[in-house]
Amino acid sequence: MALDLVPLWAAILAFGVFMYVLLDGFDLGVGMLFPFAPDDASRDLMMNSVAPIWDFNETWLVLGGVGLLAAFPLAFAIVVPAVYFPILFMLIGLIFRGVAFEFRHISHSRRHWDRSFFAGSLVATFAQGIVLGTFVQGIPVEGRAYSGGSLGWLTPFAVLTGAGLIAGYGLLGACWLVFKTEGELQQWARRKARQFTIGVAAFVAMISVWTPLIEPQVRERWFGGENPFWLWPVPIVTFALFAWLWRSLARDTHAKPFIAAMGIVAMAYLGLAISIFPMVVPYTFDLWQSAASAKSQAFLMIGTLFLLPIVLGYTVYSYWVFRGKVKAGGGYH
Amino acid sequence: MVDALLLSRIQFAWVVALHILLPAFTVGLASYIAVLEGAYFYSRRPVFLRLSQFWLRLFALSFGMGVVSGIVMPFQFGTNWSRYSDLTADVVGPLMTYEVLTAFFLEAGFLGVLLFGRKRVPAGVHFFAAIMVAVGTLISTFWILSANSWMQTPVGHAIVEGRFVPEDWMRIVFNPSFPYRLAHTTVAFYITTAFVVIGVGAYYLRRDRHVEESVTMQKMGLGLMAILVPLQVYIGDLHGLNSLEHQPAKIAAVEANWETRPRMPLLLFAWPDQAAERNHFEVAVPNLGSLILGHSVDAVIPGLKEWKPEDRPPVALPFFSFRLMVGIGVVMLLVTIAGLVAWRRGTLASARGFQRVCIWVAPLGFVAVLAGWVTTEVGRQPWVVYGLLRTRDAVTPSLQTGDVAVSLFIYVVAYILIFGAGLYFLARLVRAGFRGEAELEPDAPAPTPARPLSGASRAD
Repeated sequence: MALDLVPLWAAILAFGVFMYVLLDGFDLGVGMLFPFAPDDASRDLMMNSVAPIWDFNETWLVLGGVGLLAAFPLAFAIVVPAVYFPILFMLIGLIFRGVAFEFRHISHSRRHWDRSFFAGSLVATFAQGIVLGTFVQGIPVEGRAYSGGSLGWLTPFAVLTGAGLIAGYGLLGACWLVFKTEGELQQWARRKARQFTIGVAAFVAMISVWTPLIEPQVRERWFGGENPFWLWPVPIVTFALFAWLWRSLARDTHAKPFIAAMGIVAMAYLGLAISIFPMVVPYTFDLWQSAASAKSQAFLMIGTLFLLPIVLGYTVYSYWVFRGKVKAGGGYH
Repeated sequence: MVDALLLSRIQFAWVVALHILLPAFTVGLASYIAVLEGAYFYSRRPVFLRLSQFWLRLFALSFGMGVVSGIVMPFQFGTNWSRYSDLTADVVGPLMTYEVLTAFFLEAGFLGVLLFGRKRVPAGVHFFAAIMVAVGTLISTFWILSANSWMQTPVGHAIVEGRFVPEDWMRIVFNPSFPYRLAHTTVAFYITTAFVVIGVGAYYLRRDRHVEESVTMQKMGLGLMAILVPLQVYIGDLHGLNSLEHQPAKIAAVEANWETRPRMPLLLFAWPDQAAERNHFEVAVPNLGSLILGHSVDAVIPGLKEWKPEDRPPVALPFFSFRLMVGIGVVMLLVTIAGLVAWRRGTLASARGFQRVCIWVAPLGFVAVLAGWVTTEVGRQPWVVYGLLRTRDAVTPSLQTGDVAVSLFIYVVAYILIFGAGLYFLARLVRAGFRGEAELEPDAPAPTPARPLSGASRAD
C-alpha cells in the first residue's frame, strides 16, 4: 500500500483556502470600505494599495476550487451544486469587482465603476459566507449527489455567517489600510477597524455558540470526553489576539493590527477545522471517502511539493516590491 | 426540449466562448510585449518602449477580464456538471491544478511587476517579468488543452465503477490529439493577436498618426505572419488527419459526409439534413475530400451512417463553422501576401487600400478561434468524453430547469455589460493612441491630480 496522502492533501488545501481568505479577504474588505472613505483621493489610494496584488490573491481561490476537484472530487461534486446560487453570486460579484480596477480609470463615469467595485466586493463576500455556513450546517446527500433543493443554502445560520464574513473581511481591509496608508486616511481606517473589531467579536461569539447547538458532531468535538482539556487554548488565544488588536489599533502605525487581525482569522479558521474534521461533505463523507485515486493524488503531490514553495516565493517577492506606504499620485512611480 | 441539460450546455458555451476571446488575445499579446521589452532592453530604441507601454495598457484591461471570466470556468464543472466532475476528476483535476500552480501564479505574480514595477525594479528584472508573464500564458495553454484533448481522445486511464482512474500519466497528458491541438491553438492565438496589432497600426496609418510606431508594428506582425499563417495551414491539415484517425465521426460531420466511400467529394456548400441523412443544395469538388483526408482519390472515408443516429454529432454546426474558419484562413493568407508585397515595395505607410483591409481583417482571428472551437466541441458530441461518457450523463442531478434559466440569464446580462464595456474601453485606448504625443483625443480622460495608477492608465 502506498503512502496515504489524504492528510497531506487536506493540509495543503486547507492552507490554500486560508491564503485566499487572508489575502483576498483584505482586498474585498478594502472594496467594501471603499464608498465610505473620506474623499476621492483616499479612494484612489485604497485602490492603489491592492491594485498590483488582487489578481494574485484571487488565484488562491482558483487553487482552492480545482485543488478540491483534483484531490477530493466527490466533495467538489456535492458541495458546489448545494451552493449553486451563492457560487453564481460570488462569481458575478468577483467579475464586477475585478474589472473595476481597470475600467474606473478609463471610464468617464468613474462613479459607476466605483459602485461596481463596492457592490461586487460586498456580494462576493456575503456569498462566500453563505457557502461557509451551508458547509458547516451539513449538506443533504443521496448516493453520490446533493439531494437538497435549489435554495437549501438559504438559512438563518448561513445568513449569519455571511454577515460575519463581511465583518471579518472588513476588519482585514481596515487593518491593511492602517498598515499601508498614513495621515487622515489611516486615522479613518483605524476608526473603521475598531468598529469592525467589535463586529467580528460579536459574530465569532454568536457562531461559536450556535454551531454546537445545531450540530451534534461539533458539540461532541468541543465538549465530549477530555477534548475541552486539549482545546481550551483556542478560545484563550483568540481572546488574547482580540486584546492585542484593540491595543495596537490605539497607537501602532504599521503592521501590528493587520497581523493581529490575520491571527484572529486564523483562529476562527482553526476552530472551524476542528469542528468539521475529518468531514469534507459534512456530515456524510469524510476526507478518505471523498479522495481521488492514490495515483491522482500522488501525481499532483510531486509537483505541488516542488511548486508551492516557489509560489510562496513569488508571493513574498511581489509584496516586497510594493512594500511601504502608498503615496498619493506617485505610489508606484 | 428545454431542460437543465440543454440550458447548462448553452450556459457553458456562453461563458467559455466569451472567456476564450481573452486568452486568444492575451496569449499572443504577452509574448509580443515580452519581445518589445526585450527589443527595448537590448537596443534602447524608444519606439519599442512606446509600443510596449501602449500595448501594456490594452493587455492590462484584457488580462483582468480574462482572469475574472476564467475564475467562472472551474466552478461551472461543479455547479452544472457535477457528474462529470465526480467521474473524470481523477484524470482532469490534476491537469487543471497544475495549470493553476505552474501558470496562474506565475502570471499573476509577475503581472504586478510588469504593470506597476518599471520604476521599482531594475530594467533586467522588468524584462524578466515580461518573459515570465508570457511563459505563464503558454504554460496555461498547455495544461488546459491537455485536459480538453484528453476529453477528445481519452487514453491512459481505466474505468473503475464508472469512474475514470489514471493509469499512465504520460499517455494522459500527451494524448493522441494533444500535440496537434496545442500547436493549432497556440498558433491561432498568435495569429489573432498579430492581426489586431496589424489592424491597430492600419487604423493609425490611415489617419497619419504614430507613423513610426505603426510601421514597426505592422512589420513585426507581417514578419511573424509570413511564417505562422502558412504553418497554420500545415498544422491544420495534420490536426484534421489526426481527428480522422481518432474521431472519425467528427470528420464525417465536418464534411457532412453520410456515406462511407472512396472518391469522397469536398463540399464547398451544402445544407445538411440530419433527419433525412442527406444534404440539400450540394456544391462539390469531386474526389477532393478523399485526396485531402486520405492523400489519395481512392481513400475510403467513413460516413455518418457508420454510427447509430444517437451516436452522431450534429452536422450543420461543425460543417459551417469549419468552412468559416478555413475561409478566414484563406483571407489571412492573402492579406499577409499583400502586406509582404507592400513592405518589399516600401509602400506600407501609404497603401491606403491595404490598410483599410487590415482594419476589417483585425477581428477575424477571434471569429476563426470561435469557429474552430465550435467545430471541435460540437463535433465531439454527443460525448463529453469521446465515446465513453455522454454529455447528458454529465450534468448535475439536483439541478432544476428554473435554476439554470436564472443563472443563464444572469450570466448573459452580466457578460454583455462587462464585455461590452471592455470592448468600448479597449477601443477608447486605441483611439487615445500613444501617450506623450500631441494628439490625445479630445474625449480622452483628463488626468486628475491623483493620477490613477491602474495598469491601463499609467503604464507610461
